[in-house]
Amino acid sequence: MVLLAVITLYPILYVVFCSFSDPLQFANVRGLLVRPAGFSLEGYRMVFKMSNIWMGYRNTLMYVVLGTSMAMALTIMGAFILSHHDFILKKPVMFIIVFTMYFNGGMIPTYLCVNALGLNNTIWAVLFPGLVSVYHMIVLRTSFNSIPRALIESATIDGAGDGVILFRIILPLSGAALATITLFNAVGWWGAWYNAMIFLQKRRDLYTLQLFLRELLILDTGNEGFLQSQTGSSATRYLVKEIVKYCIIVVATIPVLVVYPFLQKYFVKGVMVGAIKE
Amino acid sequence: MNPIQTKRQPFIKRLGTNIRRHPLVYVMLLILMAYFILFCYWPMYGNIIAFQNYKPIKGIMGSKFVGLKNFKSFFNNYYFSRLLRNTLIISFANLLFGFPIPILFAILLNEIRNQGFKRTVQTITYLPHFITTVVVCAMVTQFTNSEGFITLFVNSVFGHQGSLIGDPKAFRSIFVVSGIWQSFGWNSIIYIAAISGINPELYEAATVDGANRGQQMWHVTLPGIRETIVIMLIMALGQLMNVGWEKAFLLQSEATYETSDIISTFVYRKGFVENDYSYSAAVNFFNSLVNLVLLTVANKVSNSISGSGLW
Repeated sequence: MVLLAVITLYPILYVVFCSFSDPLQFANVRGLLVRPAGFSLEGYRMVFKMSNIWMGYRNTLMYVVLGTSMAMALTIMGAFILSHHDFILKKPVMFIIVFTMYFNGGMIPTYLCVNALGLNNTIWAVLFPGLVSVYHMIVLRTSFNSIPRALIESATIDGAGDGVILFRIILPLSGAALATITLFNAVGWWGAWYNAMIFLQKRRDLYTLQLFLRELLILDTGNEGFLQSQTGSSATRYLVKEIVKYCIIVVATIPVLVVYPFLQKYFVKGVMVGAIKE
Repeated sequence: MNPIQTKRQPFIKRLGTNIRRHPLVYVMLLILMAYFILFCYWPMYGNIIAFQNYKPIKGIMGSKFVGLKNFKSFFNNYYFSRLLRNTLIISFANLLFGFPIPILFAILLNEIRNQGFKRTVQTITYLPHFITTVVVCAMVTQFTNSEGFITLFVNSVFGHQGSLIGDPKAFRSIFVVSGIWQSFGWNSIIYIAAISGINPELYEAATVDGANRGQQMWHVTLPGIRETIVIMLIMALGQLMNVGWEKAFLLQSEATYETSDIISTFVYRKGFVENDYSYSAAVNFFNSLVNLVLLTVANKVSNSISGSGLW
């Protein structure tokens, strides 16, 4: 178990060690690190000057806030009407919604549709396709359904309309489910890059952080010019570049890893909420 | 209100009453339907182009229908068998190695009596789940390129030459191993919960009967979570063809297409790189159909075995 935990943790530690390493000393390291090779904040100094990263952070933050709230609004509406005791179109609506879970349009038809709507190269093209998880909707509906009917009925007798029932009774009583679904949505948006890649071909300034990371880390493009302006010879540039990559990973990942242990409880609960449905 | 009387009214009248009684519900319905029609059903309708020789200028209405031509040319394509093979092998390998490990891990974790230690192990093993796909792929690329520490290790132990990420023979292992690293802890949550639901008296009874820890694992823990395992397995089978395309896309390169090119990455390339919209849509349509069949079968089996399925 200890070994397993160490093996799991090591790749993350390795990245952190590398990020603090001295570029010249790091170049001589072959194999594993148990602490940074030398110590230098050179990489971080560069990363903090990279406008891409910060633009990406800002955009991703925007997508997380907008995307999560829009998704939550739709998920709550769906769960509410599908759990409503006196909604006569429940069955057909349920079918229409659930069907999309099993058959989707696919990349090209979705692209053509977004194009036809004139949303290409806007933030809406990133936000709308795949915004709502039908699965989340069903899970939330199950949670809404578990609220005692008597409670809702007595409120109705007291003259409460659907709005009052939703905001005063159903939502306050579904806190845990709402919290976990919100978290899952937020995490999803944090990692999003695919819609942005497809739909923002002319708007780099709206890219998500992950899409910039893909360019910088995997495609290995995008920061050549920047590094050239920051470092002298091409040899040191090559060395610094590797360190910078590790620094980027740290800067783009650590915030979530630091926050996560505090939210672990909700995430774990979320997995269980889904499990009950299954 | 008499329910029988309501039944007798024509549907349209009942709908009218229902709308007047719950206007908010219908406003929400309109918003939802607008979303689903625009962003789910319109693209679904767009799949028509799979049966056309679609030209963006002419649109769906103006493009010529060609029947199953796109499908036929895909099935006869030199790449067809390679794509199918790669997709299936990666999926099955993922399932074969990725599925049992979380179960084993959950069972072993259950044997730890020190709660603080147990929680630490859990927190650490869940951690990789929160690293985004792009960053995981970046880490994998860094570690397995020609200078990466994993490459150096494999090269010195197994006599492998050159980088791992550029080697078609290594791609599947990289894919599966990194997948396990990222998700085994997280996927074990459900089994850990199932184990904690086992009646402790069963363990006491087993101890009285002289069963050691290993026998308890085999005869009490494992049967106790059997149902969960079966359901999870069926669900996984239903998702078989959906194997993480993001990861395949991010990790592959032209050098490894021989093993790394799967149906979904091919769909992307055909559509967005080669701009062959109809062909790409046809391949995706084929993939969706296979998925639908797999899922339906999986659900049927799940319903008949455990009495609960997705629908």
